[in-house]
Amino acid sequence: MRSLFYILSAMMVIGLAFWAYRENYETQEAQAEAEQLQREISLARQRLRVLNAEWAYLNRPDRLRDLADLNFDKLGLLPLQPYQFGRIDQVAFPEDDKLPVLNPVDVSNMDEEAAQ
Amino acid sequence: MIRTPLRPLARILDARAKGENPDAIERENIRIRHEEMRDRARKRAEGRLLVLGVMFTCAFIVIGGRMGVLANSEPSEPRTSVAGAQILAQRADIVDRKGRILATNFETHSLYAQPPQMIEPERAARELAKIFPDLKEERLLKDFTGKRKFLWVKKKLSPEQKQAVHDIGEPGLLFGPREMRLYPNGKLAAHVLGGASFGREGVHAAEVIGVAGIEKFYDDRLRDPALGHKPLELSLDLSVQAATERVLHGGMSLMNAKGAAAILMDVKSGEVISIASLPDFDPNARPRPPTEGNPGDSPLFNRAVQGVYELGSTFKIFAVAQAMELGLINPDTMIDTKGPLRWGKHRIRDFRNYGSELSTTKVIVKSSNIGTARIAQMIGVERQKQFLESLGFFKPTPLEIVEAEGGKPLLPPKWSELSTMTISYGHGLSTSPMHLAAGYATLANGGNRVVPTLLKQEGPATGPRVLSRASAQKSLTMLRKVVTEGTASFGDVPGYAVGGKTGTADKPKERGGGYYEDKVIATFATVFPAHDPKYVLVVTLDEPVETSGDEPRRTAGWTAVPVAAEIIRRVAPLLGLRPEIEPGELADITLTSN
Repeated sequence: MRSLFYILSAMMVIGLAFWAYRENYETQEAQAEAEQLQREISLARQRLRVLNAEWAYLNRPDRLRDLADLNFDKLGLLPLQPYQFGRIDQVAFPEDDKLPVLNPVDVSNMDEEAAQ
Repeated sequence: MIRTPLRPLARILDARAKGENPDAIERENIRIRHEEMRDRARKRAEGRLLVLGVMFTCAFIVIGGRMGVLANSEPSEPRTSVAGAQILAQRADIVDRKGRILATNFETHSLYAQPPQMIEPERAARELAKIFPDLKEERLLKDFTGKRKFLWVKKKLSPEQKQAVHDIGEPGLLFGPREMRLYPNGKLAAHVLGGASFGREGVHAAEVIGVAGIEKFYDDRLRDPALGHKPLELSLDLSVQAATERVLHGGMSLMNAKGAAAILMDVKSGEVISIASLPDFDPNARPRPPTEGNPGDSPLFNRAVQGVYELGSTFKIFAVAQAMELGLINPDTMIDTKGPLRWGKHRIRDFRNYGSELSTTKVIVKSSNIGTARIAQMIGVERQKQFLESLGFFKPTPLEIVEAEGGKPLLPPKWSELSTMTISYGHGLSTSPMHLAAGYATLANGGNRVVPTLLKQEGPATGPRVLSRASAQKSLTMLRKVVTEGTASFGDVPGYAVGGKTGTADKPKERGGGYYEDKVIATFATVFPAHDPKYVLVVTLDEPVETSGDEPRRTAGWTAVPVAAEIIRRVAPLLGLRPEIEPGELADITLTSN
């Protein structure tokens, strides 16, 4: 009985040691992966900042104004004017299309049929 | 253990035979036994002490060793936390009220040289001078071949320049990463943003510090790592600001002015929607302050906030509003305008003779100096001082840029009755256009004090009441009449019911001794829409001349007013104001405050 107990505890110690060993390596792996992801996130954010800055630079009002002037023939863009505000009742209702007739009834010769 | 008996029979018998006391043997044995026990106990205690000592020594060694390791090792970021990813930029962005970027950071590189590591200093100097035309080859060669161990060649490089330098292939030329401040919109809102430069510089990084404007005012906030990912939201609107600057620039050159300023402010919250001062500069390459000439003419000078000017007749409405508030007059009270008005050896004149008397409304509409001076006389020195102070005319505006401190109003050294009279029509008290805008915003929002701010506000701010709603309303009606039938007839923008007051003030000579004959500051302070005020616009032109007529015209009605009207025409749709038909005047109904 006692020897069985000793063997069992020895096996348990070995098992736990093996488990701890594996957990240790898994944790290290996860940490390395997290670090890698952090690095990627920060690189992506850095890139996002650069793209944001570039977007802001390309959309600076001076440039847009010049582009609007250059492409006036094509786009015809002008500064917003007060008269361009519309009201909702100025918008026409869409024309309501008649529903298509799927089973036409011929009424021209109904009388003839009744007469027969 | 075998216990020795206390009374060993052999010795007892022996002692009895000799006639000795056998008890002595017992006592002797007890003594010996006790001594043995004592020795054993001592030994055990000593052993325990030793173990304890060893344990403590080990613990102290471990703690000490750990402390030593912590103190000597390089600090490293926690590997598993997510907080680290937030901190990226060493300086927070600045954005406008709709989140569009006004200032951001940009990764770039600086170029430095370590001459001892150089292989071909001559060639390096030659090639560098080719890449950067502003560097002198001789100077570089002297630095590279001299005794210097380290020198900065360029603070900021573009990627193309970096590649070109890289292609030289000189191991003594090295790059350090830099974060530089970028203002993608160029000159836009230059005076608000100010500029930034490098503080302490190292090879691996450099501090970016604000040198002017809001960058300097909020330097600590922008550099705070905990707030690095949160942009600073301004009240400015990028498109409105661009349109304002554009129109103002056009107006300034049309009116031959040497400078101009415009402020557009929300009357309820005090938010500055756009603020322009011309001439301006590019904050990406902020020029050095001028060493000669008038600092007020430098592009760095913020005319809207730093410049204090006598703003002329735009002040008249404050005297009238206060007199109405005190119940001294009402819009129809007749005021004596017989001129010239003498006070001591001084005479107050009007631009034209307006007859012997005018109603209060007409005094404002026609802009009569004499009429306003008479009203100011009724108010008196103390009450006028108190009222102007409550509107914030005595202190620099608390705007969030460092230059605002410089816009300290110039008050008369001795506030006599004459000062009261001249100040009522805007002479003798110099304030910045920003003060004026805040004052008009107070009238426009129904009499609550407005504190101008550059930060986006959550909602309307309710300052302390300085004027009753009824008086403010009556003043607005007068301002509207100035545009419909008075001096600012060019200021009418259909659909936006502009109300405002013109002001043309002669410029005082820099060296003292009176005023220039032919140099004026023309100002137009407007409120729109007058029946439901939302915005205040102040336009100031420095030395404008309008030359389309037979003789040069300098009055604000011919110069500042058309510019302001054009700004409103352009900006109001951008602000989402839809043109409205002005409600007609209702007879016999007066608004009263509760």
